[in-house]
This record gives sequence, structure tokens and C-alpha cells, in this order.
Amino acid sequence: MECVFGLVGDGFTLIAGDTSAVQSIVVQKTSEDKIMILDSHKLLGASGESGDRVQFTEYIQKNVHLYQFRNGIPLSTAATANFTRGELATALRKNPYSVNLLLAGFDKDVGPSLYYIDYIATLHKVDKVAFGYGAYFALSMMDRYYHKGMSVEEAIEFADKCILEIRSRLIVAPPNFVIKIVDKDGAREYGWRKTIEDASEPPAAELLPAVEVQS
Amino acid sequence: MSRRYDSRTTIFSPEGRLYQVEYAMEAIGNAGAAVGILAKDGVILAGEKRITSKLLQTSKSTEKMYKVDDHVACAVAGIMADANILINTARVQAQRYTFAYQEPIPVEQLVQSLCDTKQGYTQFGGLRPFGVSFLFAGWDKNYGFQLCMSDPSGNYGGWKAAGIGANNPVAQTMLRQEYKDDMTKEEAAELALKVISKSMETTAISPEKLELAELFLLPSGEVKYQVYSPESLSKLLEKLNLAQPVAEVS
Repeated sequence: MECVFGLVGDGFTLIAGDTSAVQSIVVQKTSEDKIMILDSHKLLGASGESGDRVQFTEYIQKNVHLYQFRNGIPLSTAATANFTRGELATALRKNPYSVNLLLAGFDKDVGPSLYYIDYIATLHKVDKVAFGYGAYFALSMMDRYYHKGMSVEEAIEFADKCILEIRSRLIVAPPNFVIKIVDKDGAREYGWRKTIEDASEPPAAELLPAVEVQS
Repeated sequence: MSRRYDSRTTIFSPEGRLYQVEYAMEAIGNAGAAVGILAKDGVILAGEKRITSKLLQTSKSTEKMYKVDDHVACAVAGIMADANILINTARVQAQRYTFAYQEPIPVEQLVQSLCDTKQGYTQFGGLRPFGVSFLFAGWDKNYGFQLCMSDPSGNYGGWKAAGIGANNPVAQTMLRQEYKDDMTKEEAAELALKVISKSMETTAISPEKLELAELFLLPSGEVKYQVYSPESLSKLLEKLNLAQPVAEVS
């Protein structure tokens, strides 16, 4: 089941998320990227009802872009977090989106930051956070190993520890994860942690059991 | 001939002009003057307070300067009744932005939203345009101190020094000659007083006929808008030899 977690390090913020698209008990896909690059210096990690997740994150992304086009200045991470929370709060009493979000960003004046926003429009500025079933393990790992001012290498090693713990303890652990980072140079994908590969084409004919063709 | 075109705001004349908008600007030319000067450490606004009658109780607070938000103030020239409507919408816009983003509205965005309202009345029929020009003084984290001027057509622009209202060509000329880059706000305040005293019709200048306000940053980084008290204003006038001895005692 879904796991997204993030942490603030020294001059950067990291978000890691699972990449499974699940319907009922069936895994439809293991390469679904749930961490959106919002703009040059923002990441938006999301989990929840997959239709809502895509719709809402794109809606936020397009609004952030619109703001930049109209005003010629980017929206700060804090302003984006508050805007997103406001949109969720408005929707909450009409037709709520069931999405939980992690917003990571880097601003020149405040440095790296991380915001937790859930489907009932809670907003918190945090240093480390996780949600989904993986959170039960990731949060414990964070309590034990997280410290302020981690370097990128330490943070990646730590994220790998979390992923390993989730994979080994969670019965419904997702197979693949993606890690993204945002720092002064911008938001980017750091890497994937895969245990299985989606088959991209059917197996070659000679590998299939022979079937007698009746004429 | 022009009658056919000037009674409607939204129709161009054959020469390609919008008469009602031009008349609105004319109305501002008769109103009390205001000047604004951008200094390196703040923004200065000065305004002429016209005393229409000896019997009129002059308001204790300012009547030409308005605080729009913690970081933006404006000076007005034109029809005050119209200005009050626009200032109210500006205050609402500023608070709406703060509500949505939990951050103060950037100065240009506030001016732009107000100018959008003004522009609407030059295009959509049946109503007259707002007879108001504004000088906005503000500070934001992206562009620091700013001074913006807007007119009834909905045009706006950023200025280092600007004048609106009566005799504004005089004010503009003086400002062009005497404005220097990297003035301190104290120097700018003195220049503003000099300019406003030149563009006023009366020769006897007293603190009751003037308003002076400054917007600057406190050491804490907080934006502060402050109106000069009558005492400090008269001290400044004396220093500049602008104060006239009270000729008549009534």
C-alpha cells in the first residue's frame, strides 16, 4: 500500500514515494510517479484516490504556473502550501478530494522547507514526515535515525533504510520507490529503487507454450 | 459634433480619444496636489490639504493618505467619494491575498488589481470612470520599496518621484530637476515639502494645510507607515524656511 515520506536536510529537501498503481488486490503498474515537479524549485508528493491525486496535483501545478505568468515572480513555498490547503479546505465541504500531500521547496530567503497537507486540509511545516501504511515503519526509523543538518548522502542512505524496513516488515509493501530532491539548483529526480520491472512487451513467441492451430 | 462621443464613456471619438476618461483626468487637475518620492531607505508621500471653509472641522486623521495594508499606503488626488470606493476594494484585495497565501500582497499586484477595476469603467458601458489618481507607496520582499502612480484610464507605472493633482506639471518639472538617486528618506521628505509648497496655490504654508507620511523598514525588518505629527511637520517647515509667520489672526 501507499508510502510517501520526506525530510529536510542541510540545504535540501528529499521526498520518496512508492510507485504502485493499485486497484483492489491487483497491482496495475509499478512505475507510477506520484511525486510531481510543481515548478523549478518545488516538489509535490501525493497519495490517495488515484483520480483525485492526479486531478488535484495538476490543478495546483497549473495555478502555480498561472501565478508566475501573471505576476512574473514565483510563488514562495509557504504561499503555495497555504494556497493548496485553502483549496482543499474549500473542497472539503463540497466534494472533497481524497489526497494527502507533501510539499517540498527551496526559497532563496528561507532555504529548504517541507509541508504536510492532508485530505482534511491540515497544514503543518515539518522536518520529517511520512504517510500511508509505510509511515508506521518510516516514522519509527525517523525517530531513531533522523537528525538535523543531514547531508545528501546521509539522507539517501537513511531513505534506503526506510525503504528496506518497509519492504521487510509491511505485508503489502510496494516493490518500487522513487526519490526526488529539491535544493538551490532546483527540483529533480534522484533515483529509483526497484525490485521488479514492469514487462514492457509480451514474451517472444518461441517462449510461449506451443499451441496447436486447428484449421 | 463631439457631443455624440463624449457622453458615452465606452466610445472612441473620430480622433481616437475617450473623452470621458480625459475629463476625469481634468477633474483630478483641479484637486489638491500630492507628491511621492522613492528614497533608498523608504518612500515619502506628501499631500496638500485644502481648507474649503474656516468652519469646516478638519479631520484629526489624514484625509489624503490611506493605509491599505501593513506594507502599502496611498495618497489620493481627485474625487474623494470615488477614491473611498477604490480604497475599500484595495483593502479587500490585500486581505483576500493574505487569506489565500498567508503572505502580504506584492505591491504591483495590488496596484494592478485596482487598475483593472478602473479600466473596466472605460470599456463597459453606462457608467462614468473613477475620477481618481493614486500614488502608492509600498514595500515587498521581491522588489523592496516601490512608488506607483495610477490614473483614471487604469494606467499605472513605477516611478522614482511623481506628482498628481493641481499643478502637477510644476511638481514633475521640479522633481525632475532635484531628484537624485540614493536620497535618504529625510532628504526626500524635505524635497517633497519643497515641491508640494511650490504647487500649492496659497503662499502661507502651515502644518494644517499639509500631510506628510513615510513608509520605511524598522530594524526588525517590519514595514512601518508613519504620518508626521503637526509638531514635527512645523519643525521641518521652519528648517526649510517654508513656514510663513501667521499674518492674520482671526
